[in-house]
Amino acid sequence: MRVPGRGLLNAAQQVRFNFDGVAYDGLAGDSLASALLANGVRLMGRSFKYHRPRGVVTAGSDEPNALVTVGRGAAQRPNARAPMVELFEGLEAVSQNRWPSLAVDAMQVNDLVSPFLSAGFYYKTFMWPRAFWEKLYEPVIRRAAGLGALSGVAAADESDKVFGFCDLLVIGGGPAGLMAALVAGRAGADVILADERDRMGGRLLDEKEGVGGMAGHAWVAGVLDELDSLPNLRRLVRCTVTGAYDGGTYGAVQRGAPGVAHETFWRIAARRAVLCAGALERGIAFPGNDRPGVMMAGAVRGYLHRYGVAAGRSVAVFANNDHAHCTARDMAAAGLRVACVIDTRPEAPASTGDWPVYTEGAVTGTSGRLGLRSISLRHAGGQRDVFVDTLAVSGGWNPAVHLTCHMGARPVWRDDIAAFVPPEAAVPGLRVAGAAAGVFTTHGALSTGVRAAHDALDDLGISATPADLPEAEDAACCITAFWQVPGKGRAWLDLQNDVTTKDVALAARENFRSVEHMKRYTTQGMATDQGKGSNVTALAVLADATGRSIAATGTTTFRPPYTPVAIATLGAGGSGVGFAPQRFTTSHAASIAMGAPMVEVGLWYRPGYFPRRGETTWRQSCDREVAMVRGAVGVTDVSTLGKIDIQGPDAAAFLDFVYTNRFSTLQPGRVRYGLMLREDGHVMDDGTSACLSPGHYLMTTTTAGAAAVIKHLDFVAQVLRRDLNLRFTSVTEHWAQFAIAGPKARHLLNTLLDDPIDNATFPFMACGAVTLAGVKGRLFRISFSGEHAYEIAVPARHGAALFRLLVAQAETLGGGAYGMEALNVLRLEKGHITHAEIDGRSTAGDIGMARMLAPQKDCIGKVMAARPGLSDPARPRLVGLRPLDPTAPVSAGAHLFAPGAAAVREYDEGYVTSVGWSATLNSNLCLAFLTRGADRIGEQVRLVDALRGHDTLCSVTDPVAHDPKGERLRG
Amino acid sequence: MVSLIARTPAEGLLPATIAGLTLAEVTPLAITAVLPFAGQDDAVSRDMGFTFPAPNRTTAQGDTLAIWAGRDMALVLGDPPATRHAAMVDQSDAWAVLDLTGQGGDKVLARLCPIDTRPAAFPPGHTARSLLGHVQASITRLSGDALRLIVPRSMAQTAVHDLTRAMGHAQRQM
Repeated sequence: MRVPGRGLLNAAQQVRFNFDGVAYDGLAGDSLASALLANGVRLMGRSFKYHRPRGVVTAGSDEPNALVTVGRGAAQRPNARAPMVELFEGLEAVSQNRWPSLAVDAMQVNDLVSPFLSAGFYYKTFMWPRAFWEKLYEPVIRRAAGLGALSGVAAADESDKVFGFCDLLVIGGGPAGLMAALVAGRAGADVILADERDRMGGRLLDEKEGVGGMAGHAWVAGVLDELDSLPNLRRLVRCTVTGAYDGGTYGAVQRGAPGVAHETFWRIAARRAVLCAGALERGIAFPGNDRPGVMMAGAVRGYLHRYGVAAGRSVAVFANNDHAHCTARDMAAAGLRVACVIDTRPEAPASTGDWPVYTEGAVTGTSGRLGLRSISLRHAGGQRDVFVDTLAVSGGWNPAVHLTCHMGARPVWRDDIAAFVPPEAAVPGLRVAGAAAGVFTTHGALSTGVRAAHDALDDLGISATPADLPEAEDAACCITAFWQVPGKGRAWLDLQNDVTTKDVALAARENFRSVEHMKRYTTQGMATDQGKGSNVTALAVLADATGRSIAATGTTTFRPPYTPVAIATLGAGGSGVGFAPQRFTTSHAASIAMGAPMVEVGLWYRPGYFPRRGETTWRQSCDREVAMVRGAVGVTDVSTLGKIDIQGPDAAAFLDFVYTNRFSTLQPGRVRYGLMLREDGHVMDDGTSACLSPGHYLMTTTTAGAAAVIKHLDFVAQVLRRDLNLRFTSVTEHWAQFAIAGPKARHLLNTLLDDPIDNATFPFMACGAVTLAGVKGRLFRISFSGEHAYEIAVPARHGAALFRLLVAQAETLGGGAYGMEALNVLRLEKGHITHAEIDGRSTAGDIGMARMLAPQKDCIGKVMAARPGLSDPARPRLVGLRPLDPTAPVSAGAHLFAPGAAAVREYDEGYVTSVGWSATLNSNLCLAFLTRGADRIGEQVRLVDALRGHDTLCSVTDPVAHDPKGERLRG
Repeated sequence: MVSLIARTPAEGLLPATIAGLTLAEVTPLAITAVLPFAGQDDAVSRDMGFTFPAPNRTTAQGDTLAIWAGRDMALVLGDPPATRHAAMVDQSDAWAVLDLTGQGGDKVLARLCPIDTRPAAFPPGHTARSLLGHVQASITRLSGDALRLIVPRSMAQTAVHDLTRAMGHAQRQM
């Protein structure tokens, strides 16, 4: 119910919204919870396990009960906490975990069988029969239990991630945070002030007590005006700092304005930080304490002072501390009936109105089906029932120590305030002020905020002038710890996960006595609220049950995030093409225009094949392209291969050191194939290097190995061989490079080159500068296909044009473009390796290249390659395989066995790395690693693929199946 | 006689103006990677006619801009220098050069780049090799309201996608 003349909202700004299909009015600035309470709606949700009717308990992000789903369709967001949902015109929210409706929930039957659903019921009940778990128990439990659901429709990826930097991060905009920000802002420091509410001020907006002789909200408004005038201070509202990480980095999630679905995830690197996150009020466990209408006392005051909303018409207060008595005072002043204050202590403040204050009191039960109707209480003078619709409870306040414990530290128990406080210096650079530090007065918050800011600025060498502290209340915190009211009936701890004091006692009895074990056995604190309001009470109950002190019992581990963060927010920008960068060659558009499907090679997109009219399968295109290259000429883009320009007086010595074979003997204008090992002696990469001029080389790497190779070269140059004077850098991106392969390759080239070439001037493995249509390029006579072939490179700006030109010329010669599929078959026919063969486990000997380790020089990996295990002749060696029936199925990943041997691990003799249909030889072909392979040419092996069901008899061949003498390369 | 038409790395993708910020491609006369041989920085500076840039800094003379681009390396945008004391590598076609101009370019980069590019921390003359979303980039502040972003040619499309998305987000009310 709205109380006229109370609260900070403008009664003229009406907002229409809808909850569970019913239209209501609220005010701009309302939360969904305050607007529903204003409309007399108290039932806002159902509990997780027992489907108990529940109402809102808090007024903040710690809310365990009032979880709703906001929005529809793709924009649907489950598990929004009603006190944190800001009202906007047209808001649609629905309640969760009920069927068919919130008031009539069929699943409430769970509550009737609750004696069978106590802690550990999963482990005890669903053990047998085993098969029933998947088929019966789990589906039933999944349907009955749970919170909100996702829509199943992909939401638009509209959220955002931002990096922030500051001298001082102030976490929380209550009295402590505002003073800290003011001090640091005035001193000229670069400040970020983050607060999770829609308006800053913290409890100054929730309480009646003023600051500096004026109302709290008026003082806040003045401070905010000054803060907003400072160019060096950024104020982030609706921004919850969710985690503390290494190096002064903090994660924070910022919600959009009301009605805006997108969020921003901040990664803030702060040189110093001050935590002013305040404290969270905790309840008292007493029978029936989960009924709608039982709320935190501070929340009851907050709804009144911030929103002008009375949580109910008649209120009782149940508390163990002085401060909660203000609730009675404030509600009475607002014209509401205050029935009584029930204080657990023998001594309590006297009544300030016409309500009785009961000492040594306790609430022993409640009634009311969908909302509180009456309470039963006992006290020093007897017992009675009282009709109230609202019970304001306070068991004390838990400082929000969470962030201080995110790096492994545990909070420290203080008996005098009955609370855990932050450990000292647990997060480097993070100080704590105000209620988060266990300082519960307004004066204390203001003064510790000032001090924390001064200390942080001292660290940073920024001088600050002392700030005048405004006048504020400074009453001592009077509290006597009180956790639970014993008696019949269930007393709830974790309202979200339906954990009761009995569950905790049961856990202790069944020897789950460690707080971490108790948590997992009972699910205490494992819901979306992470036990913010209930964990401390639960461990106090556990301490009692196990006869230990609270300090000795300890807390569970605090982990980020402080409040739930949507995965969509953490992954903002990562959907669709935002998932990974795309690298496109200069021929990409032309390939797409020719209908080529793309395959991803690393981040590169390369054409798989170029379908022509009448070709309905990739194999038809591939076979045609292979035949084209073998019979005429083919063109393919090889720009994706790594290209590294190496220069300097010691460049040759460097190449000798990183390659197994010798490059210092390579003459200008010549190219040589090279093999590179890792330090551990296994093959790292292969490729050709060209000597462009004395002391100037161009190394090529595989597409997939490009980044790893240049990283390796950097390591060698900077760490291992600092004596060598050379420089290198990648030029992969500068050159568009195309392979031209086939018997008509030179003919094609000579139609385009300004100065034609012949075999005498440009023999196999030659390279040199050429000019093509006036463009200076480089020509290399190298071949991956086994054909008479060249690679021509031009500056990338001309790549698109050259590709179209080469393809057009090739087509007039009976050839055309070929893709990755044909490229793979061509190299397979020639037994050329790719990373399918040099997969990080193979040695030079394994791939038949032992002779490439030049004996007269050292190289990286040479010593380790000589280890007995790596030079063992029984290692699997590279061979070719050809099925006896040319069309019999073969597959990469299949394993090899002797023809008579069982296809089991013990008889495994190797595996297949590459397969393909050779259009040239009219047969399936494989490359494989076979034990003693080189000695077994001509033998037969069984190729077995248990996954695909292949069992194919193959003959072992040399890896080179086509043109073994390499005659096609030359001439 | 055939001729080969030249295309720029971000051809057809830019310019884009979003809420007061403009992203446009620029094409320097040439881009030359200059890698001074050991101990030759001073000799290279003499030959270049201006100072070889220190780490994370740029130097300039006339229309020629030298951007530090990593250990022992600068990218010289403009006339290629002539020196025998450095490895010189033509990279004119290796990079997409994108200029982000207008007020608040740092708010765009804050969405993609994990370094502080606000003018106070990253004034004109400062440069960094860092990430731009997924893409490794060279980031330079040319002036108070102009940032130069240099990304590999093959990733120009991804960089433009990420940058234009961030330009839209940077203008949103927090």
